[in-house]
Amino acid sequence: MNKMDAALRELAGMDDLAALSSGIHRLHPAVKFLATILYIFTVASFSRYALSGLLPMVLWPVLLYQMSGIPVSLCFRKLRFVLPLVLAVGIWNPLLDRVPVLQIVTLTVTGGILSMCTLMLKGVLCLMASFLLMATTGIDRLCAALRAMHVPEYPVTLLLLTYRYISVMLREVSVMTDAYSLRAPGQRGIHFSAWGSFLGQLLLRSMDRAQSLYESMLLRGYRGGFHYAETRPIARKDWLFLGLSAASFAFFRLVPVAQILGGMFV
Amino acid sequence: MHMADALLAPAVAGTMYVLSGTTAGLSVRTLRQEQEADPQKLPVMAVTSALVFAGQMINYTIPGTGSSGHLCGGMLLSALLGPQAGFLSMIVILTIQCLFFADGGLMALGANVWNMAFYGCFFGYYVIWRPLMRGGSPEKDRTNTRMRIIAASLLGCILSLQLGAFSVVLETSLSGITELPFGAFAGLMQPIHLAIGLVEGLITSAVLLFVYESRPELLQELSCAGAGGRLTAKRSLRTTVIVLAVTAAFVGGALSLFASSDPDGLEWALFGNEEEGYAANMGLDEENFGNQSAVADTAGRIQETTSLLPDYSFKDSESAAGTSVSGLIGSAMVAAVAAGICVAGGFFRRKQQQKAGTI
Repeated sequence: MNKMDAALRELAGMDDLAALSSGIHRLHPAVKFLATILYIFTVASFSRYALSGLLPMVLWPVLLYQMSGIPVSLCFRKLRFVLPLVLAVGIWNPLLDRVPVLQIVTLTVTGGILSMCTLMLKGVLCLMASFLLMATTGIDRLCAALRAMHVPEYPVTLLLLTYRYISVMLREVSVMTDAYSLRAPGQRGIHFSAWGSFLGQLLLRSMDRAQSLYESMLLRGYRGGFHYAETRPIARKDWLFLGLSAASFAFFRLVPVAQILGGMFV
Repeated sequence: MHMADALLAPAVAGTMYVLSGTTAGLSVRTLRQEQEADPQKLPVMAVTSALVFAGQMINYTIPGTGSSGHLCGGMLLSALLGPQAGFLSMIVILTIQCLFFADGGLMALGANVWNMAFYGCFFGYYVIWRPLMRGGSPEKDRTNTRMRIIAASLLGCILSLQLGAFSVVLETSLSGITELPFGAFAGLMQPIHLAIGLVEGLITSAVLLFVYESRPELLQELSCAGAGGRLTAKRSLRTTVIVLAVTAAFVGGALSLFASSDPDGLEWALFGNEEEGYAANMGLDEENFGNQSAVADTAGRIQETTSLLPDYSFKDSESAAGTSVSGLIGSAMVAAVAAGICVAGGFFRRKQQQKAGTI
């Protein structure tokens, strides 16, 4: 399976998850979007040594994953993009910051190790939250949410149209790549002589396709904006979700819960 | 170059959102004004951005090496659609990559847009593409135009990637995420992106040359270029020389900065040395700018209260969370609660499924 097919599967997988039904799926998309942004900002605001302070923040996404029925394992598969990059930056910390901060029997934990672990945990938590948002919302409802939050129509329509066309383009590029590799066995990638024409051909065809796309949009009554299915106002339960989420973030940010819990036993 | 949320402090991420958001707002305004004259622009933008998204996954074999390169989206999009439309298209591509592929974080989106879209679209277009493309006559002097397309693609990609990489270093360092000194981090990032920029530039120029040969009217600036003649040709040559000279000075200056014998020099100059007082390094009046100043104290208090920027001296503080045994035990308890939620969730789901099965 080439990269394009893998990407297509990933997109289809996300659409399938968003089509599930649960209390979390039914929440107003704008509320979920705001809560996710708030969560990520709160996680990022923790100090780089606050590993135990950060840990209780895991409860919010874990609870929501369970309530929505989205398997956490799917989210962790996406860590293959996030963790290497975070690790590339964080890996230097244990080498450069060798101040010991904790001694567990013979094991000495340095500031660098602590900050690297905190960084990794932040990476995981932020990914969990944004994956949950998309897995329970989907592109249509997200675009409706963006419009509800007064994001201008132009970029939102562009986002929706591009998303729809990405699967078409991925399929085209996938077929072209397969055809090319079958005619050039043993060759990795596109040869230098075809660098321009390979994508260029598709680009020219796509420009003509855009013309017919525009005509078909006009025929279906396009007047400069789309109509979204999700138009219900924000209900009381949505406000309740946002309020409870924000309160729990503030609580975990300000009160060192893990420290206090542990203190009861020491 | 896609940054994850964990690599940014909220204050830095917020600033980048404001910068990118303002630029996006201005671009939307320009495009709305153009919409009446060119109502088809939106579908063209959508199809082109989808194409660039898919095109970035194609592996291009680099001759003589075993590795492969990719396409540079920002430069290609701004050459085809113009800077504002290119910028919005790049925002959409980066948003989809972030939301559906976890490539770059949601909070870091503002920074990613700035690092990867702003420089390629606006800097690449206004400083490189437009000055180089203006003047010549595409019909009369095709070789000259071809050379200019190659030069513009190469310079545009290399410079926008250098600026983008530098911004990544700056944003990460300002966020206080890494222990890596500013100079060393930049010394790692810039040369890598110089090589990537070169390859991306060559691939982008190949695609743009193909478009030029087949449908030159699709390229920005070329379609409205003036009629050919000695005067315009001369001017275009002069512009080329000026752009090249400015670029050379920029790259030379940037490289010499990093090739300095003291790589920490820039970090020292930027952030100051806390032990010696900021004033000692920056030559500023200590009364007003040093650690003891009232302004700094107030700013420090505000920062402590809002805690948007990480606390650099946290590790030595007595209250450092996570450094005590109670912190460890508490963390284990939190982990147990999280596991408990998972078990309970699984139990209720199974029960629901059984119920559905019996009905």
